[in-house]
Amino acid sequence: MASQPAKAASTLAPGSAYPGPRFSEGARVHVDSREAIGHCRTPYYVRGKAGTVASLVGIFPNPEQLAYHRPGLPKLPLYRVRFMQAELWEDYAGAADDHLDVDIYESWLEAADA
Amino acid sequence: MSAPTPTTNFRDTDDGRAVHDLGGLAFGPIDKSEHDLALWEKRTDAMLALLFAQAFSVDAMRRTIETYAQQEYEATSYYEKWVKALRNLVVEQGLMTREEVDARFADVRARLRDAGQDVDDGEVSW
Repeated sequence: MASQPAKAASTLAPGSAYPGPRFSEGARVHVDSREAIGHCRTPYYVRGKAGTVASLVGIFPNPEQLAYHRPGLPKLPLYRVRFMQAELWEDYAGAADDHLDVDIYESWLEAADA
Repeated sequence: MSAPTPTTNFRDTDDGRAVHDLGGLAFGPIDKSEHDLALWEKRTDAMLALLFAQAFSVDAMRRTIETYAQQEYEATSYYEKWVKALRNLVVEQGLMTREEVDARFADVRARLRDAGQDVDDGEVSW
């Protein structure tokens, strides 16, 4: 991933224009392991895990704000992130290339060390 | 069809896993059987579809359901969770007051009782 990622959307003032998705297809990303306070769409079992961006799903109002009747701006990129099953579950007994795709908003992702 | 084996996996919200966030917990086999929807379930679906466009988002409904206590979350069905969220969000958004909702419940119960139907007087916590 590029060494100078764009400013995270979550730090922008409401209403400001979003500079564009930080991650491109194939980028290695790390899911934040912070506690979710209030509504959150990032499943517990992927927090702290690393995956690969499979695609950009779209750019949508932030559900963590929509949940409290706020406009959800700036909008956030939503990525489909691919995780290897063996990295998600201890003692995973399936095929080595089994994977799981999870849709995750950019505010939960950081560039993973290559 | 056998009922799913009841299993309780305590979700400690202190570590950030909310009550609905079940991925990876050992709940046993999933009961995938379908059932016909009751009229009240279809009405709940229809009312929420209308309210989503006017009064609150699906995200607000999810947030409401995610705040149910674990015991209630595990004891209630899909549409029971929805209809309670509908009631609470209508009040939260100021479309009706809690007193108006309670009065309406009392009206409906009285009407059903007059019609000779069995009426459940149980209260659903707010």
